[in-house]
Amino acid sequence: MNSETGSCHLGDASPTARATGRGQISIRNVSKLYDPDGARVLAMDNCSMEIEAGEFCVVVGPSGCGKTTLLNAIAGFHDITAGEIFIDGELLCSPEKKAPPGSDRIVVFQNGALFPWFTVLENVIFGPVVQGGIGKKEAREKAREMLNQMGLHGIESNYPSELSGGMRRRVEIARAMMNDPRVLLLDEPFRAMDALTKTVVQQFLLDLYDKCRKTVFFITHDLEEAIFLGSKVYIMTTRPAKIKTVLQVDIPRPRDFRVLSSSRYMRLKKECIEAVHEEALKAFAAGEREMA
Amino acid sequence: MPQGSGQGFNTVKLKKKIFSRATFRGIAAVVVFAVLWELCSRFQVPIIGNVPPPSSVLKELGQQLANKAYWLSWKDSFIRILTGFIVAQILGIPLGLLLGVNQTARELIYPVFEIMRPVPPLAWVPIAVIFWPTNELSMIFVTFLGAFFTVVLNIIGGARSIDARYLRAAYSLGSTRGDIFWKIMVPATLPSIVVGMTVGMGITWAVVVAAEMIASRSGLGFLTWQSYVAGDYPMIIIGMMSIGVAGYLSSALIRLIGSRMTPWLRSF
Amino acid sequence: MTAVQPALASLASQMVVDGVSKGFGLGILHQQVLHDCSFGLERGKLSVMIGPSGCGKTTLINLLAGYESPDSGQILLDGKPISGQGPDRLVVFQETALFPWMTTFENVSYGPRVQRKLSRQVYEEETMKLLELVGLKDFKDKYPSQLSGGMQRRAELVRAMINQPKIMLMDEPFRGLDAMTRALMQEYYVRLFEQHRGTNLFVTTELEEALFLADRLLILTNRPAHVKKVIEVGLPRPREFSMLTSREYQVCKQEALELLHEEAIKSFAAGVVNAADFLEAYSRMGNDQAVPAPKGKDTPEPGNRELSS
Repeated sequence: MNSETGSCHLGDASPTARATGRGQISIRNVSKLYDPDGARVLAMDNCSMEIEAGEFCVVVGPSGCGKTTLLNAIAGFHDITAGEIFIDGELLCSPEKKAPPGSDRIVVFQNGALFPWFTVLENVIFGPVVQGGIGKKEAREKAREMLNQMGLHGIESNYPSELSGGMRRRVEIARAMMNDPRVLLLDEPFRAMDALTKTVVQQFLLDLYDKCRKTVFFITHDLEEAIFLGSKVYIMTTRPAKIKTVLQVDIPRPRDFRVLSSSRYMRLKKECIEAVHEEALKAFAAGEREMA
Repeated sequence: MPQGSGQGFNTVKLKKKIFSRATFRGIAAVVVFAVLWELCSRFQVPIIGNVPPPSSVLKELGQQLANKAYWLSWKDSFIRILTGFIVAQILGIPLGLLLGVNQTARELIYPVFEIMRPVPPLAWVPIAVIFWPTNELSMIFVTFLGAFFTVVLNIIGGARSIDARYLRAAYSLGSTRGDIFWKIMVPATLPSIVVGMTVGMGITWAVVVAAEMIASRSGLGFLTWQSYVAGDYPMIIIGMMSIGVAGYLSSALIRLIGSRMTPWLRSF
Repeated sequence: MTAVQPALASLASQMVVDGVSKGFGLGILHQQVLHDCSFGLERGKLSVMIGPSGCGKTTLINLLAGYESPDSGQILLDGKPISGQGPDRLVVFQETALFPWMTTFENVSYGPRVQRKLSRQVYEEETMKLLELVGLKDFKDKYPSQLSGGMQRRAELVRAMINQPKIMLMDEPFRGLDAMTRALMQEYYVRLFEQHRGTNLFVTTELEEALFLADRLLILTNRPAHVKKVIEVGLPRPREFSMLTSREYQVCKQEALELLHEEAIKSFAAGVVNAADFLEAYSRMGNDQAVPAPKGKDTPEPGNRELSS
């Protein structure tokens, strides 16, 4: 945990500032075989990805296709049965070695995980304080500064239950960022939100990314969201998950909702919609229950 | 290739369970426990050393298993259990459903029910012995009470917490009141009936064992108590173990019946 | 109670809601959900109701289905007031209401089975036909817990449809499905509608979904709710997703967005917590609108204005 840099370099002037080479991920020939009670299920089949430091990488696929497997492997929640994952040149995960969970690969989950008994400020400073790298007073100041820069001022003393859904999600992302992770992992974070609130938090994430340029590993089932947010989009098949298509999203940053009506976006969307539609139909017809 | 799931008996699953690490650890733990127990007895460790050691228990067990009287004890206890339990279900399930579904009935009957319920079944033994013509009937009555209150309460709880969505959907689709009762309320309440039966069976065993100690001349509870009176200490352990096994078998049977009654709750 | 407007009284409206009000709770806990709400559901059309979350759409569905009665006003079906629930007005709920203890087949055939109007052979045949239509023939003996979300929704759709209800009421039925399944279900549903042309009311919070499906869009205000405006959606049928780039679509969308934005402002001012998000979203979409600052304990408030909690 890189505590010397403290909070994210939100103050960097240039919008194209890249992180200092941290957060480069190599995923090579990774497969995952589940064996619950004798039923051998291949969740992921020989997937490889090269994620550059500071890249916004999105993985799209139908529900239950196994895309969360990759995120879990990087985060350290599960192991893999074949292949290797490297981060910044070091071996993170292999069949023999399970990655330890850590705040350098912090996860934002689908369902809100803000501590309801802490205020916003106490929630945000939780990680750094618990890890012992920083004093409470210093942490509070840094947190206030960070929240300010993210446009989340004025709510530090509120409890999560007093905030709107969109606000809570943003605080959660702020809390994650406070740990200065090498990579920010997001597991279908906006799935449970209605379309309107989603747009607000998506914009927040985009603005944050522009300032910080952290490596982002984002999982979603929504192709539109993937193209809107990502620099590189990996489209997965239904289980066993394989990479069907890789899309370079050449829409310039900073982006906002007007991108959604641009011709470039439409073209990209059209390009993938065939591939995605086919996989969705397969999942629809097979009626696969989602894997836990 | 993914194997089939939930249809028929999955032998792979069973094999995995039997030969798993958890099973070996469990067996090892039991063996260690038995060995320690034996050693405590041999070395006359205070308090624990007074308990008859596994060696003498096993010796006695070998004799008992060939003894007809021992198995008669099983039979006598089981008959009381099953009779009490089955009557409890026959009377309790309809009563539970009635109280769960009908507000008038609930307002009339429930208060009386609530006054009687807190009295532990064992406290009923003296009055039961007085009122029932035979001791046997009085014991069956007491075991009946244990299971009866449990099943009625569980059903009332289940019936009253049926999700309104199902009722609304059923009414909209044109159900009569009879349809609602038989096609919606009864199946929706089945899981709580199963819970009531499972818990009830456990209570029944607890009750019958104690009742036999007080008021009977046969059965596993009596056997255990008699061994104490006669000073046959290994038999006490055997009595206890027998009660444990019998209770476990009964619960397993109920669980099996329960899962057959509610096929939609099985994990697929 | 308002006088029934000419549009509502026309024969085109199969179902008429006239001056309906509904509130819940007593004393200080009283919530007036609907006030003087009037609109009509046109025969053979897909009307879509959209409004801010929690504004009373579900209450309206409950009133139309007959699960609850209005405090004042009336609801007419084919000119006659409705009384309670019945198979002429069926609802597909947000959360599945398939009976968990019955198989798919038993669920779908439930309506005809309890109504006892058709012979067993007839309705069983009809059940198989409908199951085949929605691709669930191979799952007819499965329990709902064995079906995926999309399949459960399809089963519920045909469970309602087999009864040939006069009115189909859909209460955010695709909520919670993932984006791809949702798109497929929208397509499924709109094709079914276009084949059968019953009178449908579909409730949703998603504007794109609403415009894709609707013949007419009913925009609700926030509480106490009434219909703010009815927008006729002039897109041709059968609907295709490619229509989402057409001019007509953009025009309707813009109009709806402005109206919803107005209501979001009122919601926010009234202190509804989640309204902040909606307002921010609309503000960004609008032109040169200042994005409202988050309303929190540490935000300096001018004067005595109440904080949102």
